[in-house]
Amino acid sequence: MSRIETTFARLKEQQRKALIPFITAGDPALEITVPLMRSMVEAGADVIELGVPFSDPMADGPVIQKACERALAAGTGLPDVLAMVREFRRGDDTTPVVLMGYLNPVECMGYERFAETCAEVGVDGVLLVDLPPEECDEIAPLFKERGVDLIFLVAPTTTDTRIGRIAEAASGYLYYVSLKGVTGSASLNVDEVAARVETIRKLAQLPIGVGFGIKDAQSARAVSRVADGVVVGSALVNQVAEHADDPMAMTAAVSEILAGMRAAMDKP
Amino acid sequence: MTQRPDYKAFPDQRGHFGRFGGRFVSETLMAALDELETMYRRLKDDPEFQADFDRDLAHYVGRPSPLYLAERWTGQLGGARIWLKREDLNHTGAHKVNNTIGQALLAKHMGKKRVIAETGAGQHGVASATVAARLGLECHVFMGEEDIRRQKLNVYRMKLLGADVIPVTSGSRTLKDAMNEAMRDWVTNVDDTFYIIGTVAGPHPYPMLVRDFQSVIGREAREQSLAQAGKLPDALVACVGGGSNAIGLFHPFLDDDGVAMYGVEAAGDGVETGRHAAPLSAGRPGVLHGNRTYLMEDDNGQIIETHSVSAGLDYPGVGPEHAWLKDIGRVNYVAADDTEALAAFRELTRVEGIMPALESAHALAYARKLAPTMDKDQDIVINLSGRGDKDILTVAEIDGIHF
Repeated sequence: MSRIETTFARLKEQQRKALIPFITAGDPALEITVPLMRSMVEAGADVIELGVPFSDPMADGPVIQKACERALAAGTGLPDVLAMVREFRRGDDTTPVVLMGYLNPVECMGYERFAETCAEVGVDGVLLVDLPPEECDEIAPLFKERGVDLIFLVAPTTTDTRIGRIAEAASGYLYYVSLKGVTGSASLNVDEVAARVETIRKLAQLPIGVGFGIKDAQSARAVSRVADGVVVGSALVNQVAEHADDPMAMTAAVSEILAGMRAAMDKP
Repeated sequence: MTQRPDYKAFPDQRGHFGRFGGRFVSETLMAALDELETMYRRLKDDPEFQADFDRDLAHYVGRPSPLYLAERWTGQLGGARIWLKREDLNHTGAHKVNNTIGQALLAKHMGKKRVIAETGAGQHGVASATVAARLGLECHVFMGEEDIRRQKLNVYRMKLLGADVIPVTSGSRTLKDAMNEAMRDWVTNVDDTFYIIGTVAGPHPYPMLVRDFQSVIGREAREQSLAQAGKLPDALVACVGGGSNAIGLFHPFLDDDGVAMYGVEAAGDGVETGRHAAPLSAGRPGVLHGNRTYLMEDDNGQIIETHSVSAGLDYPGVGPEHAWLKDIGRVNYVAADDTEALAAFRELTRVEGIMPALESAHALAYARKLAPTMDKDQDIVINLSGRGDKDILTVAEIDGIHF
């Protein structure tokens, strides 16, 4: 079983939900990221989504746009992000790591080399925001034969027919985007999310993570009642930005948010 | 000799031109693009829709635009006859309005009350604000802060037309960033909003439908050449940023093997300096703004900043159909730098009394080199895609004159 499968199976047995933090790799400096990943695991993270910085993050709001700008200014490229995962794996062989980003840096590296390196350094899944299932024929088999999951988004606008098609192409888990908008947008509507997640469950067998608009312990708890995983990004990246020149304070602030979410999600 | 492709069969059902094009967007937009494609495929063969489009082009835009023989300039250059396809005489001053008329009709059919657009030089923003005013639609135009500075007159024009001009401060603050911001707005307001993309880039079906709307340029030029010159032209020349005016001119001639085609990119300070906007001349294939095409990127696949005196060509990508036409060798892609474009701008103004847009001046600059290499009984058609009024302040600044 893959790390992602093992993690969701374990959580299911414990009747708990996955807490999935997102940070942008190399924000604000390359050496920050791996220690921050480790402290997030200590604070209760089950899966880590690591953002690959891109110059034109079209699906992201201002918080993650600025994170990309800081990471790029620090010189973070895709090879650096892969090296971070390699380093992370030296101390952690169980927590799944999912790379999340845009297609162009991957095209630039080459699909084969990217898939090969992902498998080698211990990346468990890849989510490419601007790669819908319709365009994945070339890259999907390269991941599949190496046991790296290709994770896809499902949106509020996705039709039932498309959900079926996405579920066929996807492995690992599905990422349900809770609202129409960019990352870090206004609050989500839990009732709407619950209804959509029910629909997705009927059409797909994979665990469902929900992201976009989850800001605090309360919204994390509400979403954890209906989904298998809760993704939190902008709320953490805000703390990274605020404490950019004080790594200790940054780690403390990020851990505090995650610990609060963890407790709220685990509370019966 | 390899067999000529069936150009009319492209893009394929999924929006690909060979390995280029496609639909690379986040999931939230997929349904909206499907809806747009379905509506467009239905309407494009609907005689009533075509009649509405043709009527607007005739009576609102002022088509057909003339094909003008530039006799004095031809004489000076001493080679092929030079014909100018006068898109500068269109309402709002450029070819952009052909497309915004078409997309506004689509928006109306789809019941969308709010339109958004990105703009570089401001011509597409003005053309979008114009059709929005005419149809009573709410209009928001995203424009890079740097372009707002360069194109103050067009910004004010858009405001007079009732549009809201939103300054974009992210990234390089030019056209590509305006497009990112427009995509972000669209993903947020997808239910009631129609995104009027200004060029033959973006996700499928945009490159196809923008091309179809702009192809009126080439259809007219073909008929006019036969009527006025008695034959098809030997060469076509058009500037290429995203490439909508060029594809509009080229597309109806693609099957005419005897017609050579030149797409002229912006070489900025010179292609060899790296400070340019010429992805077909010096870029690599990649994915940006919803399609696979040639891009200007660094070794890590990050999009790099472009440089051109002309805001409308300052874009790191290019329409996917151009990328394909380059690879199969049907169109020659070349480049003209800032200095050459400015010289052509001044020359046409002084010799023919026609002030071209700085974008179009890139096409003129290349034609100026091409014409003397051709015979006097040969013909070149240049797409004069826009008028230069909007660029007077830029040129004055270069001359050290401040108003």
